[in-house]
Amino acid sequence: MTEFLLILIIALALYGFVLNKSKANALSEVNIMHSQPHYHGLYSAFMTLVPAIILLISWSFIVNIITNITLKEFFSDVTDSGLVRFYTDGVIAYVEGSSESIIDHVGFLPAVEHYQSLQYNNKILQFIVILTLTLMFFRYSLKFVEVQFKARDYIEKVVIYVMRASAVFAIFVTIGIVLSLLFETLRFFDSVNVFDFLFGLHWSPQMAIRADQVGSSGSFGAIPVFTGTLLIAFIAMAVAAPIGMFSAIYLSQYASDRVRSYAKPIIEILAGIPTVVYGFFAVITVAPFFRDMGAFLSFTNMSSESALIAGSVLGIMIIPFVASLTDDALTAVPRSLKEGSLAMGATLSETTKQVIIPASFHGIVGSFLLAFSRAIGETMIVVMAAGFAANLTFNPFDSVSTVTVQIVGLLTGDQEFDSPKTLSAFALAFVLFFITLVLNVISLTIVKKYREEYE
Amino acid sequence: MNKISLRNKKEKRFQLYGKTAVLVAISFLAILLFNIFSTGISAFKQTYVAVNLNIPLDVNKSEINPRAELNKSFLKMFPEIQSRTERRAALSLLSKGAKYEFEELLDKNEGKIIEGYHWFLASADLDMYIKGTVKRQGDTAGRIDENQMKFVDQLESKNLIELQSNKYLLSSADSREPEMAGIKGAIIGSLYSILIAFLVSFPIAVMAAVYLEKIASKNKFSDLIETNINNLAAVPSIVFGLLGLAIFLNFFELPRSAPLVGGLTLALMTLPTIVIAARAAIKSVPPSIEEAAIGMGASKVQTIFGFTLPLAMPGILTGTIIGIAQAIGETAPLLMIGMVAFVVDVPGGPMDASTALPVQIYLWADSPERAFTERTSAAIMVLLAFLILLNLTAIYLRKKLEKKW
Amino acid sequence: MTEKLKLSIKNLDVHYGDKQALFNVNLNIMEKEVTSLIGPSGCGKSTLLKCINRMNDLVEICKIRGQILLDSQDINEASQDPVLLRMKVGMVFQKPNPFPKSIYDNVAFGPKLHGMTKSKEQLDNVVIQSLSKSGLYEEVKDRLFEPGTSLSGGQQQRLCIARALAINPEILLMDEPCSALDPIATAKIEDLIAELKQQYTIVIVTHSMQQAARVSDRTAYMHMGELVETGLTKTIFSNPQHEKTQDYITGRIG
Repeated sequence: MTEFLLILIIALALYGFVLNKSKANALSEVNIMHSQPHYHGLYSAFMTLVPAIILLISWSFIVNIITNITLKEFFSDVTDSGLVRFYTDGVIAYVEGSSESIIDHVGFLPAVEHYQSLQYNNKILQFIVILTLTLMFFRYSLKFVEVQFKARDYIEKVVIYVMRASAVFAIFVTIGIVLSLLFETLRFFDSVNVFDFLFGLHWSPQMAIRADQVGSSGSFGAIPVFTGTLLIAFIAMAVAAPIGMFSAIYLSQYASDRVRSYAKPIIEILAGIPTVVYGFFAVITVAPFFRDMGAFLSFTNMSSESALIAGSVLGIMIIPFVASLTDDALTAVPRSLKEGSLAMGATLSETTKQVIIPASFHGIVGSFLLAFSRAIGETMIVVMAAGFAANLTFNPFDSVSTVTVQIVGLLTGDQEFDSPKTLSAFALAFVLFFITLVLNVISLTIVKKYREEYE
Repeated sequence: MNKISLRNKKEKRFQLYGKTAVLVAISFLAILLFNIFSTGISAFKQTYVAVNLNIPLDVNKSEINPRAELNKSFLKMFPEIQSRTERRAALSLLSKGAKYEFEELLDKNEGKIIEGYHWFLASADLDMYIKGTVKRQGDTAGRIDENQMKFVDQLESKNLIELQSNKYLLSSADSREPEMAGIKGAIIGSLYSILIAFLVSFPIAVMAAVYLEKIASKNKFSDLIETNINNLAAVPSIVFGLLGLAIFLNFFELPRSAPLVGGLTLALMTLPTIVIAARAAIKSVPPSIEEAAIGMGASKVQTIFGFTLPLAMPGILTGTIIGIAQAIGETAPLLMIGMVAFVVDVPGGPMDASTALPVQIYLWADSPERAFTERTSAAIMVLLAFLILLNLTAIYLRKKLEKKW
Repeated sequence: MTEKLKLSIKNLDVHYGDKQALFNVNLNIMEKEVTSLIGPSGCGKSTLLKCINRMNDLVEICKIRGQILLDSQDINEASQDPVLLRMKVGMVFQKPNPFPKSIYDNVAFGPKLHGMTKSKEQLDNVVIQSLSKSGLYEEVKDRLFEPGTSLSGGQQQRLCIARALAINPEILLMDEPCSALDPIATAKIEDLIAELKQQYTIVIVTHSMQQAARVSDRTAYMHMGELVETGLTKTIFSNPQHEKTQDYITGRIG
C-alpha cells in the first residue's frame, strides 16, 4: 500500500512537471518569461514531491513510536527491557511473515491481533490523508504559471537550502558521535566511579560477568589500558619518526626530481594498504621474526604479543603520514632561506639542520602529533598483534593492551546490553575520541599558524 | 683544510641517513608485499584426488546416498583396507565438499553411465602437504599421520593427485572447511556496503563542498563547519563504528550485520575525505570561467551546475575514489556493527547478514588452521587488486584533468 | 684603482635542459671594484651571477661549460669545494631573506658554521663589526636578540649584507639587492656599496641603469644570454660601442 502511494505521488509530480512546463512553453511563445519553462515544471514537481515525502517519513516515524508504546503494554509484566524488545520484535516479525515462531507469552497473540489491526487502520488512514494533502499541494502548484512568476528563484532557493543542509550534516555527525558516546558513558559512570575509571590501576572487565561483581570497583581502572596505548604509540613513533623524517629530508632536499617522483608515491602506498593487512603481516611475519631474534639473543621472556611487535608494525603504517606531512612542512620553507644559507657556504646538511628544520619546526611538530593521534586510534593492527590482557608495564617485551583492542573485545561476540562491561567500551571510546580530537585541534592549529607565517 | 673535509664527511653521513630511511621504508613495503604474495599465491591452486567411478545406468539419484556411494568407489581403489581406522584414514583425504561435486556430476550425467577416473576435492590437510606448506617428516606431514600417508603415497605413485585451479576461492562464501571456503560472500558484502556508502556520502559531500566554497559567506558559522569537517577526517575509524552501533542499530533498529548499516557507517567516515577533496577541486576551477557565465546572466546556481561542477568533477571523482578505497579496506567500524559473523551464504541484498572482504581477512587470519593462512593472503591479494584498480582509475582521472587546462 | 684581475670568466656556456641561457660569455672582474651587470629581463644576468658562487649547482638540469677563474683557479674544477668557494664569494639576494632567528644569530650564522671564531667575545666582535659595516649596528644595537624578520625591508637587506660580510668574503655578489626596497632604503644600500668596495670586490645585478651608473666602476651589458659589451661605466653610458647597448641605455629596448 505504501509502495502504491509512493508511486502515485511520483506520478503526480511527473504529471505536474509536464503540465506546468507545457503551459509555460505556450506562454513563452509570445512573452519573455522570468524563468525557463522547465523551471515552472520543476516547481510543480517539487511542490508535490517534497511535502509528500516529508509527510510520509514523519508519519511512519510517529506510527513506529505509537506501535512500540502500545505493543509494550502487552508485555508489561516483563521487567527486562531487552526481553521486551525481543517480544515486540517477535510480534512484528510474525505479522510481517518473516518469522513463524509464536512466542510463549500470554500477551503474544493479543499483541499480534492489536498490531494487525493497527497496521490495517494505519495503512488506510495514511493513504487517504497523505494523498489528499498531496493533491492539494499539486493543485496549488499549478496556479502559478505566469510570465512574472519567479519559479527559478524558488527552485534555486531549495537547492541552496539542500546544500546548506548537507554542510550542516557534518556537524550533526560530530554531535551524533559526542551524544552517542556521552550517553552510554554517563550510564557507565552510574555504576562505576569516574575517578576509579580514570585513575584505577586494575583493568579486567570480564569480572563484571558475575552478577555479584557488577560494577565492583577496581576492575574498571583504565590506567593500564592508557599506558598500554601510549607504550605502543611511542614505539610506533620511535620507528616512524626517524624513518619518516629522514625520508622527507632526503626526498625534499637531496633526491633528484626523478627519484622523488618514484619514491614518494611508493612510500605513500604504505598508507593505502588496509590496516587489517598490516595486522596479518604482524602475526605471520613480524611476530616469528622477533621470536627468532629473541631466541637468537637468548632472550626468553618475550611475549608473543609483545608491545614491540604491534608498535613496530604500527610504526611502519604511519611512516608515510610522518613523511608526507614533514615533507609538506619542509618544502613550505621559502627557497630564499635555503639559498641564503647555502650562499654563506653552509653544506646542505648544515642548512637543513640549522635553517630549514628550525624554520619548519611547527609543521614538523604538527605532523608528529597527527601521526601520534593516528597511532592511538588505529585498531586492527593492535587487535591482531597485541594482547587483550591489560598489564600495567612499560616493558616493550611484555604484552599490553590498548583502548581500541578493549573496545573491539568488549563489543564483539556475545554482549549483554546495559552491563558495565559493554558500557565501559563507550567510556573508553569517549576518552579516545576526546584525546585524538585535542591532538588534531592542536596540530591543525600549529600547522595553520605556521603556514600563515610564510604566506 | 681539515675542517672542510670533516664537514663534508658529516654531509655525506647525513645524506646516507636520508637514503637509508627511504630504502628502509621501501623495503618494508617490499617485504610486506612479498610475504603476502608468496604465501597467498598457492591458494589459487587446489589439490584434487581422482576417484575411479563406476555408476551404472539404472541408478536413481534420489535413491542413493551420494556420500556413501562416493566413499564406496574411493575405498574400492584400496582393496587392502581391513580395519575401520584405515578406512577412516583413507576417506579423510577427501573433502566434505567432494559429496557436492559428486552430486553435481550425477546431475550432469543423468541417464548416462559414469565410469573411469573423476577428480574430487581433497581435504585441506592433504592440500597443505601436496603444496609443500607442511613438510614431510618420516611418515607424517602436519596433520597427515602414518595411516593416511600410506594412501597418499599410493595415490601419488599412480598420479591420482593433482593441483587444479581453485574454483571455490572466488565462487563460494565462507566455510568451516578451508578447502571449500571462498570470498564471494565477502566481496558481495563489500560491494553492497561500498555502493551504499558512495550513494549516501557522494551527493552530501559534493553539496556541502559547493556550499562551503561558493555559497557560504566567510563567517563564524562556516568556519565552524570547516574546522568540524577537518577534525572529523581525523577521528579514529572505530569511533564511527560506535556511532553506527548507537545510531543505526540501537536507535533506528536496523538489522545487525547488514551491508546497509556497514555502508551507512562507512559513508559517515568517508564524508569528510570527499568534502575536503571536492573543495580543493572546486577551488581549482578558474574563476574566469564562472565570471564569464555570471556575466552572461547565469544565476549562481546555474553557474555552479553548468560550469563549476562539471569542470571540477574529475578532481571530485579522484578524491571520492581515494575515500572509497579507504573505506573498502576499513575493518574496525564493521566489527562494531556486527559484520563479523560467520556467514556461509552469499548475501542476496543489502539487508542480508553479511561480512566484508577485510573482515573476512580478519576472521581467517584469526583461524588456527594452516590452510586458512594461505587463503587469508589470497583474500588480501584480491583486496589489494581492487585497491590498485581504484587507484589506477584515480590516476587516469587526474591525468585527464590535467589535460583540460 | 688597483686594476688587479680578481675573477675571469672564459667562454662560459650555460644550459638549462634544452634551453641555452648563456652564450660564450667572457668577462673580467677587477679587484675592489664594483662591476654591474645590466640588460633586459631574461638576458642571463642572474644566471651569470649565480655561476660565480655555484648556486646553479642546486638546479639539477643546469649544465655549465667554460671556465670561471677566481685568482686563476677554476671554481668548477672537481677538486674545488663549493663550501670553500662560497666562503670567499658571498651573496645578497633580490628579496631580503633573513633566517627566522634573532638579528645576532643571523649574523653569527656564518662564523659559527665555519668555526671562524674561538670565543664568545670574538664572535660578538665579528657580529658588531659586520653590523657596523652594513650601517645597521646603530639602529639595532638595543635589540640584537629580536627576530631578524621584525626589521623593515631595507634593514632586513642590510642585515643580509652584514650576514654575508661576517665570513669576510673576497667577493660580494648582489642580485638586484634594491628591487624590493623603497627609494630611501635603496639610497642607503647604494652608499653602503660605495663604502664596501674599499674592502671587497662587488658584482651587482641591477635593473636600474641609474643605479649602475651611480654605484659601479665597470658595467657589462647583456642581451639574450650574450655579453654584448663591457667597459668602464663612464664609457658605456656616455659612448657605447654597440648598437644594442645604446638602444637599451636610451630606453628603446628594456
